[in-house]
Amino acid sequence: MSEVNNEAVTVSVMNQLPDASIQGESPLFHADLASVAKKGPKTGGVTFKEEALMGQITLRLNAENADQLSAAEKALGVALPTQPLTSVVEGDVSVRWISPDEWLVVVPGLKAFEVETALHAELSGHYQVVNISGGWTIYKLSGANVVDVLKKSTIVDVHPSKFPVGKVVTTTFAKSGAIIRRSGESEFELVVRRSFADYLWLWIQDASREYGLVVQA
Amino acid sequence: MSQKNRLQNGGRIDRSQPLTFTYNGKKFEGFAGDTLASALLANGVDIIGRSFKYSRPRGIVAAGAEEPNAIMQLGATEATQVPNVRATQQELFSGLVSGSTNGWPSVDNDVMGLVGKFGGKMMPPGFYYKTFMYPQSMWETYEKVIRKAAGLGRSPNEYDPDIYDKVNQHADVVVVGAGPSGLIAALTAARGGARVIIADEQNEFGGSLLSSKESIDGKAAHAWIADVVKELEANDNVMVLPRSTVNGYHDHNFLTIHERLTDHIADRAPNGQVRQRYHRVRTKWVILATGAHERPLVFGNNDVPGCMVANAISTYINRYGVVPGKELVLMTTNDNAYHTAIDWHDAGRKVQAIVDTRQNPEGELVKAARDRGITVIAGSAVIDVHGGKRVNGVSVASINEDGSKITGSVKKLSADTVASSGGWSPVIHLSCHTGSKPVWNEDVLGFLPGKTVQKQLTAGAINGTFNTAGAFEEGKKAGLEALSNLDLNAVEVAIPATIDVKESKAMALFHVPHTKPTSQAPKQFVDYQNDVTAAGIELACREGFESIEHVKRYTAMGFGTDQGKLGNINGMAVAAKILNKSIPETGTTIFRPNYTPITFGAIAGRDCGALFDPERYSAMHKWHLEHGAKFEDVGQWKRPWYFPKAGESMQQSLDRECLATRESIGILDASTLGKIDIQGKDAREFLGRIYSNAWAKLPVGKCRYGLMLKEDGMVFDDGVTSCLAENHFLMTTTSGGAATVLNWLELYHQTEWPELEVYFTSVTDHWATMTISGPNSRKLLEELIDSDVDVSKDSFKFMDWKPMTVAGVPARVFRISFTGELSFEINVQANYGMHVWKKLFEHGEKYNLTPYGTETMHILRAEKGFIIAGQDTDGSVHPYDLGMGWAVSMNKPFSFIGKRGMQREDCVRAERKQMVGIKTIDPNVVLPEGAQGVFDPTAPIPMPMVGHVSSSYWSACLGRSVALGFVKGGLDKMGEKVYYPLVDGRIVEAEICSPIFLDPKGERQNV
Amino acid sequence: MFYIYCPYCGEHREEEEFHNQGQAHIERPADPDSCSDEEWGNYMFFRKNPRGLHHEIWVHAAGCRKFFNVTRHTVTYEIKEVYKMGEQPKVVAE
Repeated sequence: MSEVNNEAVTVSVMNQLPDASIQGESPLFHADLASVAKKGPKTGGVTFKEEALMGQITLRLNAENADQLSAAEKALGVALPTQPLTSVVEGDVSVRWISPDEWLVVVPGLKAFEVETALHAELSGHYQVVNISGGWTIYKLSGANVVDVLKKSTIVDVHPSKFPVGKVVTTTFAKSGAIIRRSGESEFELVVRRSFADYLWLWIQDASREYGLVVQA
Repeated sequence: MSQKNRLQNGGRIDRSQPLTFTYNGKKFEGFAGDTLASALLANGVDIIGRSFKYSRPRGIVAAGAEEPNAIMQLGATEATQVPNVRATQQELFSGLVSGSTNGWPSVDNDVMGLVGKFGGKMMPPGFYYKTFMYPQSMWETYEKVIRKAAGLGRSPNEYDPDIYDKVNQHADVVVVGAGPSGLIAALTAARGGARVIIADEQNEFGGSLLSSKESIDGKAAHAWIADVVKELEANDNVMVLPRSTVNGYHDHNFLTIHERLTDHIADRAPNGQVRQRYHRVRTKWVILATGAHERPLVFGNNDVPGCMVANAISTYINRYGVVPGKELVLMTTNDNAYHTAIDWHDAGRKVQAIVDTRQNPEGELVKAARDRGITVIAGSAVIDVHGGKRVNGVSVASINEDGSKITGSVKKLSADTVASSGGWSPVIHLSCHTGSKPVWNEDVLGFLPGKTVQKQLTAGAINGTFNTAGAFEEGKKAGLEALSNLDLNAVEVAIPATIDVKESKAMALFHVPHTKPTSQAPKQFVDYQNDVTAAGIELACREGFESIEHVKRYTAMGFGTDQGKLGNINGMAVAAKILNKSIPETGTTIFRPNYTPITFGAIAGRDCGALFDPERYSAMHKWHLEHGAKFEDVGQWKRPWYFPKAGESMQQSLDRECLATRESIGILDASTLGKIDIQGKDAREFLGRIYSNAWAKLPVGKCRYGLMLKEDGMVFDDGVTSCLAENHFLMTTTSGGAATVLNWLELYHQTEWPELEVYFTSVTDHWATMTISGPNSRKLLEELIDSDVDVSKDSFKFMDWKPMTVAGVPARVFRISFTGELSFEINVQANYGMHVWKKLFEHGEKYNLTPYGTETMHILRAEKGFIIAGQDTDGSVHPYDLGMGWAVSMNKPFSFIGKRGMQREDCVRAERKQMVGIKTIDPNVVLPEGAQGVFDPTAPIPMPMVGHVSSSYWSACLGRSVALGFVKGGLDKMGEKVYYPLVDGRIVEAEICSPIFLDPKGERQNV
Repeated sequence: MFYIYCPYCGEHREEEEFHNQGQAHIERPADPDSCSDEEWGNYMFFRKNPRGLHHEIWVHAAGCRKFFNVTRHTVTYEIKEVYKMGEQPKVVAE
């Protein structure tokens, strides 16, 4: 554990990952998607993939504070999207707007602590950085019928005129919630809570059934 | 040919595709394109049910959603039973199995029939209320018999095998109804670039055009319809929904649409297909093009099978090639209904006469009828119908100009079919759903949609514009208006050419007079489905019911599954007449969703079975499953309740789990606890305001228990919050309270104290939490951590936390205890929770490491007198009531939430109910939770109650029962007696004691 | 089912994303300890129930988690305006 001290805040930060000999188990680990992918159909209207064990960091700061914005940009290598409901992607870093003072930073799992540390190093004043990598996972849904499945699942308008590529919404999904980002014309990323992951996986299988579901490992 | 009423040619049916179906156990044949109703009529089936109250035989009267009588039970198997299906809307398919809803034991021989035959005096309105109200205790018995005799259909007793779906839609314009006005409106909006949904309840688009012989643009109407539908379907921005009823119109232009995808194909959906879809639509604009329903007239015995609404007969002839009789008498107040007599005549059957209530009818259609040699009897009305199970004649008499009395002698005519038309009622149901009050229009002789705040437009017959040319004009206008409202450019849409037929003025007549006063005349039905007669409405008015809403409730008019689509206006007219008011003065009842009945399947969608409600799992859930855990629902979490071994009862498991924990080590999956990461320089200050105790001086590395209160001073949540760093805290909440607490923190931060620099982020799911508890827990922990980390009694004290590596995984370990034993709560990133959990078991085997669930957790904490917020608290107890004044710091500088509240007069009075321990005198008796205590068990009933038992268990460790509960003034009554009179008659004697049953000095957790 | 404009997300969202938090513009007394029981009771328990315009707090619970104010007509359910915390309504009852 290290303590980060700067003029304004004192917080406890620790690298939460063990060494590589210990395998992390993502929320859908138990579903053994690799076997499902092997046995299941190779074509269908919807394709599902769990982007497992990604690094996820909640970043809170004041979007009207130029110093904080540039500090965050320096740490992340990309400027925070300050327009509501937008996202940015730069290399292996993506940032989703969540709220006027909140962003979700997604990086490869092994990079999370590094980014967390960099943010603390650059930022000053009133801000919050929280590693939430264990609490969330990412589902990638794509295919010709992906919009049909989303329309059964979420109440936001997913028509391309209202939900262009890059848009992000935090909303309800089935009876749970998700942070939905359109990553391509027929591709969406859902950031979902660990404890709801199994329910949502069941839901997606059920809602996709009439179109045929392809699972990718 | 068994289909004796089927025409050789014509209609939208396919005579090359015969379909066999069953009705009341008998086989019949119809054709593809038929409805169940048209097929039954083709086969000459007259009686399709018995009426609700009088059990009179009833036949089909209409051809659409307004049908009040032909309410069928469908389903070939038990699992596929569907009640309340209107035969007029059910498309025929091969193998369809149908039966009458009413009629017990059979429609042709009904035990209730006798009641009806005695006439109105036997069963006046309010009969059931008046007769069966007393004694009230008998109502349940009466009700069963009445319900069975009345027959409201039945639901299946088996699991529905079909798949249902809910879909969220968003549109610029939703057009409701695909008749001439709706089609043109949709075409206009679509050409202008709007996102359009057009929905119609029928299998084919076209609306009124489907029932007529009209030509459009010089070609058959259906050819024009096909062209329009083709253009709409080709447009990516248009969703075309046939067989889709817009059932509800809710706030802010939210509509629900019930789409039936396979009900026309088979008893259940083909494998894998969705049977019905429920569309939840948000739209910027709504165009109601819902058309109109023809009103029958109210006259004597107007319910005898063979009496029908005029236009329905035209629909059966023109659309289905069915003439439902041989000899027709048409009674009308208007020109339009002449179409029916002409259609009947042109189909080669006999029109006995047209009885026109107007003195001098003279329109183009009147002439066309006369030209065909049809007799028109003007200034007259059908005042009575003869026949029992089918019409065999009518009585006709001349009436005066306003239709209020009979002026001449009564003449009998033979007939097997009586068509009647009192004009058309615009279908304003959806407009009513929004709370808009309908407005009477004297020209239309009907109610039109009233003022609305919705973004709603209307077109066609709903506005009282009953001719096709007018409907086209209004449809285009509505489409253009929608485009303009959406800031889209206007487009050109050509209005198709129609042949205009001039109609002369209609007469305002609803209730046809009889030679006798209404109360003595033959029954004149207003609402067929609920057996409401004109006499019944008059009686209700005489008995003092003047408000139309009261009349409706007293007579049950409009209360059927048809919501009185045919009868309501007539009922209001009857009431208006007797009350000597105009119809607008009498007012109208309004309609509620749903427009027509909808299956529960469609409402449930896929929220059933395993998907009924989300189940939340911890990172160790699979282990629990593999080790035979029984689960308990805590919020949406599935938490292990207990872990039975083979052959164990629940109590045996609990005893074993409790003893293992107190004697060696138990382990609990505590991942479900709510966790909130709090950072900021004002975090401490914020905690001090939101918790009842002090936080200003809590050092880094320390944990503290806190109570969270509402402004009224009452406890609503509790938990341990730890100081991770000077400006960094980890708050824990109850498992069920996590979301509520986070919202509570945000509420106060955002609305009251935005100046405080603090951020909150939920980390509930991020950390997997496992608690090892018991005298050997330190030994186990030491085996799994680095040797340089000291967790000894002195360097890792009770209520300390430390970072360390457990089984190779970085962890935060908290030395806190909810069992009273030496305990360590290990938190690791959730993706590694299972790894650490399994390692603990590998090393814990030699200590008999025992997994326990929520029930053992409850017992262990109750032995220690620890509360569970939500079980021992109910929103009416403050910290002092709980004997937890130690968790309140009254001299903090800021007046924390709850401080002022708990100082109110009522909160500081003596004799409040206070939490104490309750020790039964017989140690083997476990009090039921919820039991109410009394001080004097010999007091007369109702005994003064002094408080309830909130927690009660068998304690294996103590060899006796333990209980926590509330007793008036209990904290000052230690050692005194309290009694619990139970439901089974026992009175349990108990002693008031300290809530801490085990280790009162707290030595066990401090080892 | 309301359709509510979230002033922070900048678009309309369905009602099920939001929670109503009751009457707006009720300020917590600055010095609770000096309030009489009656004053404190009024703060805690007494709320308006107008037939007409009502100012309410809503939270975008399933979205950005921000609280804001709504002026809503309790008869027609029209939402007349949406404004942020700390701001005052422009549409008020006569």
